[in-house]
Amino acid sequence: MIEVKNLNYQVGQQKILKNINLQVPRDAYITFIGPSGSGKSTLMRIIASMLNATSGEVLFNGKNQSEYEPTHYRHKVSYAFQQPTLFGRTIKENLEFPYLVRRKEFDRSLVTQYLEMVNLNETYIDKSVNDVSGGEKQRIALLRNLIFPPEVLITDEVTTGLDTENKTIVRKLIDQFNKERNVTVLRVTHDDTEISEAHNTITIENGEIKNV
Amino acid sequence: MSDLTVSNGTLALAFILVLIALYIGYQEKLKFNKEILIGVVRAIVQLAIVGYVLKFVIHANEIWLTLACFAIIVINAGWNAGKRGNGIPKAIPISLFAIAVDTITTVAILVATGSIKFIPAQIVPFTGMVASNIMVAIGLCFRNMKQTFADRHQQILEKLALGANIKLASIDILRESIRSGVQPTIDSIKTMGLVSLPGMMSGLIFAGVDPVKAIKYQIMICFMLLESTSLGSIISCYLAYKQFYNQQKQLNDELIS
Ligand SMILES: Nc1ncnc2c1ncn2[C@@H]1O[C@H](COP(=O)(O)OP(=O)(O)O)[C@@H](O)[C@H]1O
Ligand SMILES: [Mg+2]
Repeated sequence: MIEVKNLNYQVGQQKILKNINLQVPRDAYITFIGPSGSGKSTLMRIIASMLNATSGEVLFNGKNQSEYEPTHYRHKVSYAFQQPTLFGRTIKENLEFPYLVRRKEFDRSLVTQYLEMVNLNETYIDKSVNDVSGGEKQRIALLRNLIFPPEVLITDEVTTGLDTENKTIVRKLIDQFNKERNVTVLRVTHDDTEISEAHNTITIENGEIKNV
Repeated sequence: MSDLTVSNGTLALAFILVLIALYIGYQEKLKFNKEILIGVVRAIVQLAIVGYVLKFVIHANEIWLTLACFAIIVINAGWNAGKRGNGIPKAIPISLFAIAVDTITTVAILVATGSIKFIPAQIVPFTGMVASNIMVAIGLCFRNMKQTFADRHQQILEKLALGANIKLASIDILRESIRSGVQPTIDSIKTMGLVSLPGMMSGLIFAGVDPVKAIKYQIMICFMLLESTSLGSIISCYLAYKQFYNQQKQLNDELIS
């Protein structure tokens, strides 16, 4: 479903990604590991169309990434950040954002169901963004990516810095979307548990995919 | 009108005021004496030139001369506001366009409503007043926009990643920047007459015009400044925010850091 061909990324003279080739089948759950600074985030951002490769191509459902309208592409290939910020004043503004983007009406009862999936409840909708913990913030941020389930979810170290309980909730949410909603997942992680449980891992070192 | 005459001798004596400023600067080591001197010399030379040019233009009363003055004022104002947007691509063309459209609209409305006459003695000073206020407003818009794009870098990335178009991703910044351009006008209008007598009104009263008549002019100027700073801010901000993005609706990273 996603195919990366001979992809390079360079800033000035610095080669950050070198000749990356990658095939991601539908419904896959791939875990990317590797030392920090090796280029994992850069690769993920290129796949998410947040950054342009210097050369090479990214195909999504057989079509070149550049042929898609960027916003439509990002509805289908959704990137989640390590340290997300919440927008505006209330949690509602955040959970409403995916609706705003699609010019749709906010669906309070559906959003409540989503909140419950991450052990939060309806009262959170009207809370201030300043009144939630770091873990809750990440859970809410992920819901922004998932309220309209994308075809591909890219999670870039979304559990880094969270406590065990929050990590488990976040992991469960992502697993659930992968299994029940056929969301393909590309996950970057440093977490030992996540790495040991992973079925399909790819190691990136020095901007290259390391052959096992 | 003889009340208003300032002789060269009087002016030279008034230079004492500058000496006081220079003395303070020297005593307090403020290090701006050179700047003060350059500023004073520039002001004298520029005003002298403008005075003679205006005298000539007003005397000649030619449409093309009036329009030429209009164009020079607009281009100068556009150029200066654009420089304050240093770092925003196309800042100068954007501010030139915004100031041109805005000044033409404003002056045209004033002429059409009979508020001012299409004679150089009225068109030129009004154009100067309108254009300089828009210039300040656009400069503030640009500065605010650059700063907020830098501050909210991460938030914009997240909005784009969620599939927002560039307008939705920047709407807060757009609104705040426009507001920052118009706010000083609103603030000054709120205190008008209480804190300061505006320049134009003071001038008229000084020249012996009935203060009540002078007030009417001032009220008209308030209306005009509100309209022109709003219009100029809107046009320039709507054109400028797009410059922060590339064709693929990504943030132009090199602009923000
Ligand atoms: N815009 C940029 N300019 C210069 N260097 C960059 C830029 N973006 C990333 N890098 C560099 O690219 C390398 C890979 O970064 P990144 O993809 O964030 O690695 P990872 O996510 O694996 O830790 C790092 O050395 C980083 O400093
Ligand atoms: Mg990273």
